[in-house]
Amino acid sequence: MPELNLTSAPAHLRHGSNIGQPLTRRDGILKVTGQATYAADNHPPGMLFAVIAVSSIARGRVTSLNVAAAKRHPGVVDVMTPDHKPQLAIDPEIKTNPFVFRMEALHSNEVRYANQPIAVVIAETLEAATEGAALLAPRYETLPPLVGLDAGESFVPPVVGVGNPAENHRGDVEAGLASAEKRIDATYETPPQYHNAMEPHAIVVQWDGDRLSVDMPTQGLMLSLARIAELFGIAHDKIHIRSPFLGGGFGSKGLMGGPPVLGIMAAKLVGKPVKLVLRREQMYGPVGHRAPTRQRLRIGADGEGRLTALDHHARTVSSTFDDFYEPAADASHTLYAAPAIRTSHDAVRVNTGTPLFMRAPGEATGSITLESAIDEMAWACGMDPLAFRLKNYAEVEPMTGRPFSSKALRACYEQGAARFGWAKRLLQPRQMRDDAGLLVGWGMGTATFPALMFQAEARAAIRRDGSGVMEIGAHDMGQGAWTALAQIAADGLGLDVDRVEFKAGTSDLPDAGIAGGSAHTATAGAAIHSAGAAVIARLADLATNDERSPLFGAGNAGVIARDGRLIRRDDESRSESYSEILARAGVAEVEARGTGAPNPAAMEEYAMHAHGAVFAEVKVDPELGQVRVTRMVGAFAAGRIVNPRMVQSQLFGGMIWGMSFALHEEAITDRRSGRIMNANLGEYHIPVNADVPPFDVITVEEHDPHVNALGIKGVGEIGITGSAGAVANAVWHATGVRVRRFPIRIEELLTQL
Amino acid sequence: MNHSISLTVNGARRDFVLDDPRVTLLDLLRERLHLTGTKKGCDRGQCGACTILVDGKRINSCLALAISHDGADILTIEGVARGDQLHPVQAAFIAHDGFQCGFCTPGQIMSAIGMMREGQTGNDPERVRECMSGNLCRCGAYAGIVDAVLDAQGQMDESNQRRSA
Amino acid sequence: MKPFDYVRPASVAEAVAAAAQPGAVFLAAGTNLLDLMKGGVSRPDRLVDVTHLDGLDQIETLADGSVRIGALVSNADLAHDATFAKSYPAVAEALLSGASAQLRNAATVGGNLLQRTRCAYFYDTASRCNKREAGSGCDARDGENRSHAVLGWSESCIATHPSDFCVPLVALDAVVEIEGSNGRREIALDQLHRLPDDAPERESALEPGDLIVAVRLPPAARAFASHARYLKVRERTSYAFAIVSAAAALRIENGKIAEARLALGGVAAKPWRARAAEDVLRNVAPTADAFQEAAWRALEGAKPSGDNAFKIELARRIVVRALLLAAAGTPARIPALPASPFASISGAIHA
Repeated sequence: MPELNLTSAPAHLRHGSNIGQPLTRRDGILKVTGQATYAADNHPPGMLFAVIAVSSIARGRVTSLNVAAAKRHPGVVDVMTPDHKPQLAIDPEIKTNPFVFRMEALHSNEVRYANQPIAVVIAETLEAATEGAALLAPRYETLPPLVGLDAGESFVPPVVGVGNPAENHRGDVEAGLASAEKRIDATYETPPQYHNAMEPHAIVVQWDGDRLSVDMPTQGLMLSLARIAELFGIAHDKIHIRSPFLGGGFGSKGLMGGPPVLGIMAAKLVGKPVKLVLRREQMYGPVGHRAPTRQRLRIGADGEGRLTALDHHARTVSSTFDDFYEPAADASHTLYAAPAIRTSHDAVRVNTGTPLFMRAPGEATGSITLESAIDEMAWACGMDPLAFRLKNYAEVEPMTGRPFSSKALRACYEQGAARFGWAKRLLQPRQMRDDAGLLVGWGMGTATFPALMFQAEARAAIRRDGSGVMEIGAHDMGQGAWTALAQIAADGLGLDVDRVEFKAGTSDLPDAGIAGGSAHTATAGAAIHSAGAAVIARLADLATNDERSPLFGAGNAGVIARDGRLIRRDDESRSESYSEILARAGVAEVEARGTGAPNPAAMEEYAMHAHGAVFAEVKVDPELGQVRVTRMVGAFAAGRIVNPRMVQSQLFGGMIWGMSFALHEEAITDRRSGRIMNANLGEYHIPVNADVPPFDVITVEEHDPHVNALGIKGVGEIGITGSAGAVANAVWHATGVRVRRFPIRIEELLTQL
Repeated sequence: MNHSISLTVNGARRDFVLDDPRVTLLDLLRERLHLTGTKKGCDRGQCGACTILVDGKRINSCLALAISHDGADILTIEGVARGDQLHPVQAAFIAHDGFQCGFCTPGQIMSAIGMMREGQTGNDPERVRECMSGNLCRCGAYAGIVDAVLDAQGQMDESNQRRSA
Repeated sequence: MKPFDYVRPASVAEAVAAAAQPGAVFLAAGTNLLDLMKGGVSRPDRLVDVTHLDGLDQIETLADGSVRIGALVSNADLAHDATFAKSYPAVAEALLSGASAQLRNAATVGGNLLQRTRCAYFYDTASRCNKREAGSGCDARDGENRSHAVLGWSESCIATHPSDFCVPLVALDAVVEIEGSNGRREIALDQLHRLPDDAPERESALEPGDLIVAVRLPPAARAFASHARYLKVRERTSYAFAIVSAAAALRIENGKIAEARLALGGVAAKPWRARAAEDVLRNVAPTADAFQEAAWRALEGAKPSGDNAFKIELARRIVVRALLLAAAGTPARIPALPASPFASISGAIHA
């Protein structure tokens, strides 16, 4: 792999170097010239191509594979099957920790879902491996698959999401509903959705004895490393993973799935480097998805439009062999000040790949239904949807009674509404038309996402030449880690960003934690910040204890680091450059480590969430039912903004996902076979450029002293929440038709227009 | 059966023997010529990540057999910049943050360059959106992409005017 | 992809001979064929590459006023040919509403005519499909079929033809020129695609080795230029196949419709010419009422093949709208969003 050479943008695009500055992407030049190296771009000498064969049945057993036919194809080197494969050190069915999910490593002939890997063909060319996989022509013993939200007996899962209780309540919901003057009882459905990162999952593997070198996109370098180590029985320090760029992740590249493990096994089997890349259709199965849900919301309100009760129940699915439960109803914990709230989940098992985290897991599915139901209730109360939300504004977290660490949602409502022109909205639906006669609707939704923190470590150094180094195994999946974390590093080291060598994206660096939960900038940033402070303290020690230094006697507390110099706090005329300090001390560099971690005491005391308000305008053809979003404004308060340019892009992206949730995305499963009938990008619709109108993003200033040292809340996922509901509500406002099945399809509108 | 073919790739003539007629232009570039800037997102003409210019026109290289394009003139993302001098579209993508993960970006840029050569959009953002709709971006960088294209188009129009003046 | 022999013929006659053998298919741009081959839907033994043949990439105006479009003209080149687009605006609009700019640059006129259905069960080789494998059954019939045919389908196949381009072509009486083993012949485009009946595997009137060399629009087609539109409802604003589409073309004289042309897309195994609807529009004023009547006529005999009854009502409404748009007049320039209900055009068009 060529040495990573991150270059700052051309000088005229630069606006500064530290936190809060809208720097352009430091990896920009690599990405616009095609030089950024994604996993599948690697090609070690002697490399072979591995192609997975997947099951076309959803439940049963593979009874035969025509291995001979595949091997006869010119160029095919070997075929890996349950009968012919390297042994793993442990059974992949064993869940060694809560973040291990069961995978298919050809350890059985059993088929548990359609598109399950059942064999791997390894060949000299991609063409030969691909055709070899087709020639396997598997035969099956087929059992009737379990499909859909009513596939079998439902049960209450032990936990939903990551360790959340399946049921929560505060106050008496039934009493609240009984006393209500207005009631809503509405059932909504959301479909299975697939991450569909533009970059298919890929791995390039080289074994050198018991040393293993891996190129693969991962949102969790150290989790992947630990999983590989235990599966293959090798020490952590024998494994090197490179993941400098992910072509999108969205949760699908967070935890080690089966396909990369198969790549590592294949390379071991043939004794040569191997590249294995999933075909697009193979991404609909073994690499996670967002589970479908059916959600019932019962809401009560008094005569003044104050909520009396909120009951949110979600039915979801997991696979027949593992447990992940979309925590959809939990979305009702934080937003609206109902005196009585109950959330509950149940589930059925179906023949599907195990659902997993997908951008705002639980928040996305729960938000679109909650925001729709709140909209229904506002209408039932005869109130403007914003006024209704303000009337039920939660001053403390409704489910727990804890104060918020910070909450600038009111400002989001105000600024978003003002920018959108919400005050001109007519209360009644189907009242607005444009010049061409299209129906116009305005809808809104509240956005929220928890401000999470994981654990991370960073290493900082200052070198003799006055430059800095910051090392952390962080992940850039497009959110801008190469840039935003380098900005935090520059601040931490008191240097311009161009004077900092920022290293990330490989497994030999300190653990940055997983890039998920919108927590990566906060978590890795906190570690970087702390490492920076620690190394500056060491440097200051050198200076202030040396009587030849102008800083002698200042003490650690008495200097600040700025522009590559330590400066005496009480007398800025006395300063010394980093290189002068190190030169005099005769050391090549000073280094230090720092950590980032959640603060349990603060978490106990405060509810920590980012918030936002999204306003959407749609146009609907009054006879044909086709819908187009024409305008969206999102105002978000997410604590400190490290890089406004990248934050805006993240929020735009999230808002597009919200729109896509409301109008486009849906995996269609054949109810007889359990196969996904649109496992491609032609018929699984994600928005194209023409679907995306001018968007407006406002970041509302918010200072949060409690979430973490830097006051960062994270913006990766919040954009989808609120937006999905805003678009759905706008469709109702345009048409007067309330569609409770998502995505909203033409036929549902057509019959009622 | 081996087939001798010759292509001009980013200005340089390449003659080689193709041992397999199944090889697409995309796989030829990526796996045999090691020009990996062009990306494979779907391999079925449904995402645009593999967009290249063939004889000046943007196409999906995943749905083009290399052997059928014997003699073609190919431009990929690797051939767009002049040394360190970025193409105006490339610079504009950075300036307007027209990407996040960057995986669709080579295809977006090649598509934008192809679109400008087609000359159908002018400075109408709606036409640009429509004509860039063959390039999916899952991160959702569409707004930056449209701004970048319009900006680059404006810059190129201006410099063309200066040149002709 | 199954290994295949690659043949590059030097002449049309050589091409026809090479493709007449069992297992051989023509390769033009390959935008559909390669997709099918990658999916294992099509596994030919021999590809006869016609892209290097001379003389098939011209757009010519013939002495009698018809236009002759070579089979290898790309969809984009045809749509962007200013003279062509001015004379046959609905055809250009349909072309530009199809696929993506990249695909339109590659895809050819001949290939577009012969593109295969998007039926998911046809594409999914693990499903039964009478079109892909004669006599195997149809899993779409009781499957996920909200996008399937509402006209002309049979119990053995409910797939639709996905082309946009063919819809205005069939409305304008396009003629297909074919070179075959027995020389050149021509047939009406309306006769090219077959309805499934009990043999959905036979999709067209072509015989083995037959090569479409050109499509011709007769002189009369030009007379609709000032009142011709294509309208397409889809599930995203662009880069999606039609749920239902319609091409409407009117010749208006003295405030009355002298002649109407109407065809529907996405509703049947072929582009669906609605002659009964055309008949009721002859010599009447272009009013919404008349167009409603035409819409009812156009969908006479339509019946759902599954979860798709909405397509019948949608088709009626599209017919009315397409006729209204055509009556309002062809816009000076193809809209920014071709064939879209959201095409920006001036003036209220909705009831």
